Amino acid sequence: MSKMRVLVVTGFGINCEVEMAAAYRLAGAEADIVHLNEVFKERVSIHDYQVLNFPGGFSFGDDLGSAKVLSNKFKFKKMASGRHFIDDLARFLQDGKFIIGVCNGFQALVKMGLLPNIGGNFEQEVTLTHNDSGKFEDRWVTCGVHPQNRTPFLKGIEKIDLPVRHGEGKLIIRDAQIERAILEQNLNCLTYLGPDGQPTADYPYNPNGSELNCAGLTDPSGRVFGLMPHPEAYLSIYNHPAWPRKKEQNGGSEQGEGLQLFKNMVDYFSNH
Amino acid sequence: MQTAKHVQIVLKDSMRDVAGLHVQSDAKKFLHIDTGKVKTGKIYSIVHPMPDDILLAFARNSLCDCIIHDLYIDRLFTSERFPAYILISKLPGVTDDEGVSAQKAMCDFLNIPFDYGAHVIFTHEIYYFENPLNDERLKTIAEELLGNPLVNRFEYGKFSGQVTYIPEVHLESQPQVQTIDIFVSDEELQKISRERLLALDLHEMQAIQAYYQNQLVQAAREKHGISQLPTDCEIEVIAQTWSEHCKHKEFNATITYKDLDNGAQKTIHSLFKTYIRRSTEIIRERYEKAGHNWLLKIFSDNAGVVRVDDQRVFVWKVETHNSPSALDPYGGALTGIVGVNRDPMGTGVGGASLLFNTDVLCFGPPDYQGKLLPGQLHPRRIMTGVVKGIEDGGNKSGIPTVNGSVVFDERYRGKPLVFCGTGGVMPAYVDGKPSWEKRIDPGDRIIMAGGRVGKDGIHGATFSSQEIDEHSPRSAVQIGSPITQKNLADFMQVAVARGLIKSSTDNGAGGLSSSIGELATIPKGAFVQLANIPLKYAGLQPWEIFVSESQERMTLVVEPQKVETLFALAEDFEVELSDIGYFTDSGFLDVRYGEQKVAYLDLIFLHDGVPTKRMEAEWKKPKLSEPIIKESLDYNDVLLKLLGSLNICSRETIIRRYDHEVKGKSIVKPLMGQNGYAPQDAAVLRLDFDSYVGIAISNGILPRYGDIDPYQMAAGSFDEAVRGIIAVGGRLPDPQTDPDIFWSVNDNFCVPDSLYHPQNNPDGKLKLAKLVQMNEALFDMATFFNIPMTSGKDSMKNDFIKEGVKISVPPTILFSMVAKIPDVRKTITTDFKHEGDLIYQVGHTYDELGASEFYHLFGELGANVPRVRKEQALRIYRKMMEAIEQQLLSSAHDCSDGGLAVALAECAFGGNLGALVELPDFDLSLNALLFAESHSRFVVSVAPQNQPAFEKIMGDDAFLIGQVSGRQKLEIDHQNKTVLALDVQAMLDAWRSGLVF
Repeated sequence: MSKMRVLVVTGFGINCEVEMAAAYRLAGAEADIVHLNEVFKERVSIHDYQVLNFPGGFSFGDDLGSAKVLSNKFKFKKMASGRHFIDDLARFLQDGKFIIGVCNGFQALVKMGLLPNIGGNFEQEVTLTHNDSGKFEDRWVTCGVHPQNRTPFLKGIEKIDLPVRHGEGKLIIRDAQIERAILEQNLNCLTYLGPDGQPTADYPYNPNGSELNCAGLTDPSGRVFGLMPHPEAYLSIYNHPAWPRKKEQNGGSEQGEGLQLFKNMVDYFSNH
Repeated sequence: MQTAKHVQIVLKDSMRDVAGLHVQSDAKKFLHIDTGKVKTGKIYSIVHPMPDDILLAFARNSLCDCIIHDLYIDRLFTSERFPAYILISKLPGVTDDEGVSAQKAMCDFLNIPFDYGAHVIFTHEIYYFENPLNDERLKTIAEELLGNPLVNRFEYGKFSGQVTYIPEVHLESQPQVQTIDIFVSDEELQKISRERLLALDLHEMQAIQAYYQNQLVQAAREKHGISQLPTDCEIEVIAQTWSEHCKHKEFNATITYKDLDNGAQKTIHSLFKTYIRRSTEIIRERYEKAGHNWLLKIFSDNAGVVRVDDQRVFVWKVETHNSPSALDPYGGALTGIVGVNRDPMGTGVGGASLLFNTDVLCFGPPDYQGKLLPGQLHPRRIMTGVVKGIEDGGNKSGIPTVNGSVVFDERYRGKPLVFCGTGGVMPAYVDGKPSWEKRIDPGDRIIMAGGRVGKDGIHGATFSSQEIDEHSPRSAVQIGSPITQKNLADFMQVAVARGLIKSSTDNGAGGLSSSIGELATIPKGAFVQLANIPLKYAGLQPWEIFVSESQERMTLVVEPQKVETLFALAEDFEVELSDIGYFTDSGFLDVRYGEQKVAYLDLIFLHDGVPTKRMEAEWKKPKLSEPIIKESLDYNDVLLKLLGSLNICSRETIIRRYDHEVKGKSIVKPLMGQNGYAPQDAAVLRLDFDSYVGIAISNGILPRYGDIDPYQMAAGSFDEAVRGIIAVGGRLPDPQTDPDIFWSVNDNFCVPDSLYHPQNNPDGKLKLAKLVQMNEALFDMATFFNIPMTSGKDSMKNDFIKEGVKISVPPTILFSMVAKIPDVRKTITTDFKHEGDLIYQVGHTYDELGASEFYHLFGELGANVPRVRKEQALRIYRKMMEAIEQQLLSSAHDCSDGGLAVALAECAFGGNLGALVELPDFDLSLNALLFAESHSRFVVSVAPQNQPAFEKIMGDDAFLIGQVSGRQKLEIDHQNKTVLALDVQAMLDAWRSGLVF
């Protein structure tokens, strides 16, 4: 059987593409890192891949708001043949493929309307904006996984430690109707947990003051998944700030918890 | 002026305005102004013509996030609820990244091409205040909290709902070349140097005069068809090339050194050659003799290079950016960090993959209450601005900031020290040739890449003599553009990998004149066409184009047949390139603007013509004594005060603003442990995802010690950096036993003016003597440990002078060290891990409280400064290496500021554990036992089953002092009495609240 192929886009200030690609390679997939202009000039087609990845970073320096300029490009800039990238994304999803966005990638997915996309028309329904602290912060958090989540990335995971590194990770939902739909359809797949293991609004366990204490979303199909924490930054146990103890607790395993997400995806494709 | 449309976005009332809340609380806290509620907004002034409906659609879709924002066009938000406002605009020519990004969004929205040369969207910030503040208060808030008059324009009062100011640049002048008459008297020569801000002394001006009077030179100039007198460009190029910054004239001076205590006298021909370069050469000889050499490039090129393995090399550089950070802390630090990124990027072939940043900062106390001189910013502002600059510089470039240090001292309030360093990795060979070598042949093209050229960073000779109107570009302060450089860095990595770039260098100080001037020494000549250089705005003089320090630019050497492919690749990365000339073997730097001949300089004269400086140093030992401090102190109180003191307290409020995880390779981060509180002694990174080879990064800086003994200060700083790496599990280099373990050190000297002048600098000779001693220590330590300097920097005039007051920094040296770690899995963190583990002090405590943080608490300096005992240190470090190799340690932490007591407390911070300690009897005062900062010591914890093996290795160099306890308490006994007992939480609270901003 041929290996799963994933596309990791880069350019314009995206900066987590290398570790994102490494995650898939360690999980057993093939990963190509491609500048977005190669896609826009149609030298590379997203349709040759099974998973499309929007990594973290500071696209356009977060000017005009995080990922704002990038999502604007995806929605309005015409590709070489005159199509819009967002239409390609729609087709990609119709083909049963998957999109993940981490941090700046999540912000881009939200701002171009791919998440949560309850209305199904790529209209922006939520946003990610400045943390309540008003500061960029790098810290490790614990996230709980919604047991009825819809993404294969999170299969079998109940709880996960990951680093967050963002200034604009606070989820704000447009209105009560959208919020209800998110809850009813179990789209809030990741939730910040306190030391007691319960969802929390308390800083710093919830690092940004997100509504629903939400750290990640899927769309109703489960094919689009976005999250603020960085699973690609926890591929090895030695990335964890308490790795000496963590390693003892894990019976010496050297795998980071973040790698499991990517392994899950490889498993998913080998079974489908 | 073109007519502009103004688009404003403000947060909806229902949204939490975090920026506004910060302004409100900072205004109250720092300026004692009650602003009431603050509402913030952003205004985009657009001079690109668009129909109203298109403008509205663009604003709605591309500028506004309609879930959280309200949108206003032309009639901007005003409200009776907010009777006062401040509008902050950028002055003409000041970097406006957000405006550029908005312009890119507009081009994407309209599907039109982006024009690098047209600035059509300008951004402003607006703040509305609930309280009716008068103009004076608004001005204070504007200038002291929100902006900086050097880069910003302010409007305040009551907002009319209109914006009229657009910071467009208009320059009227035509490009032309002028000559400067230097066939004049000595006084006139000095006047020229002074008025044009050349910073050249009389000897140097005379050397220039002699060059132009030389008949051979005159004949060559006549043949070339250029004036006999120097052109403005030539004078500027010589001044740049001969600047202290580029030629290190004081580090290369001939120094007469007198020891007034014993009458001894010696002459030193160049500090740099005698101590710094020589020490590395000696080390290299030792390695070569042993048949190994990982030192590939030292003290040449933009950064030093060492070999990691057969496949790759490590390259790194630490720079300073002090003066710009004093003027505009944010812009200065941002430019410092993105600037030093370009050093590894521009070493050898170039295009290194940047792995990490390190930043060491020296500030005045942020709670400084005294008077400020004109032009002097408050230390708190400097600190917050610098930290923000480093945050944006590192985070937006995707480079983790993994290591650093902050030192507070009253004497840094005139000028802060901002040390910025960047390390990266390059493949060892590109196209089968060594990547670290610069190859250039005549005929190779000179390609400028990255940002455009403006008046940025030009020393302002014209500035001071020209009238400034509202459309003159501001050039004294530069603000970097991380996103421009990120695109450039991405592009270079790919271009180098595809073999399109033959060599590269960065454009820093001196701009193209330095970068091309230096590259030209390889093929021995260059031809430059200035008219091909893209400008930010028209109206620059040719010499300005050549010396401008506009940021985010690299100079690339490209074979002619590869130019087209390179340009196509650059287009994909949205990086602007321009072909601005070619290399020759003419022996001359030949610069033209169109047909005009702008400069024609002999490269040998340009690079070797600067006369050697002569300087005098005189040493006299300070008369100091030890204070009497009783031994029955309330040690709980003392330790809590120390933990909360500025030089010891947690840096968490700074550290967490820096991304230290990006790239996914950080193993030992600045803060570790269960709750992420435990401070570490060095950072550890792995180099890739499929092996565990890595590096450790540390620093050593102890300026306080220099008040007693500059030699011991420098030696101690070196030891501090070494023991940081030993503490995390690094290995010392050894030509015999560890031939593959590289160490690569940057030395950074930042000192006050050390050139004697009877009126202006009467203690200049003593300052220079201190500098000499610091160099001697560097030499002794480096050659003893076989740890080489590979690159470095000196900054010689760190004084702030205004109104007859001079604030000089204490002579400061920073050692920034990187060492190879064969297996990062064997590294050690500082936090206690298991109840019942045994606690040892490794190393020896002496009666050395001089210049300690403990004495500082009592306002004392003392005399017994910690001394480095090299032989003992080496023995102890080797034993530590053995114990770590055998995996006997659960934790290790170095003892430094605050001594043993502080180290024990910090070990407890990581893991919800405490410690029971019984101090040994070392025949020392209790104060010294607890707080002396003697070097080469560690606190380690060891599992009980490892006790015999550990003690066997350590012998007489480790002392069992206690046990890790499950109770969260630190208890210290001495002679059967409890002298200190504190809850870990109380210590943590004190330590974590020392630096809140």
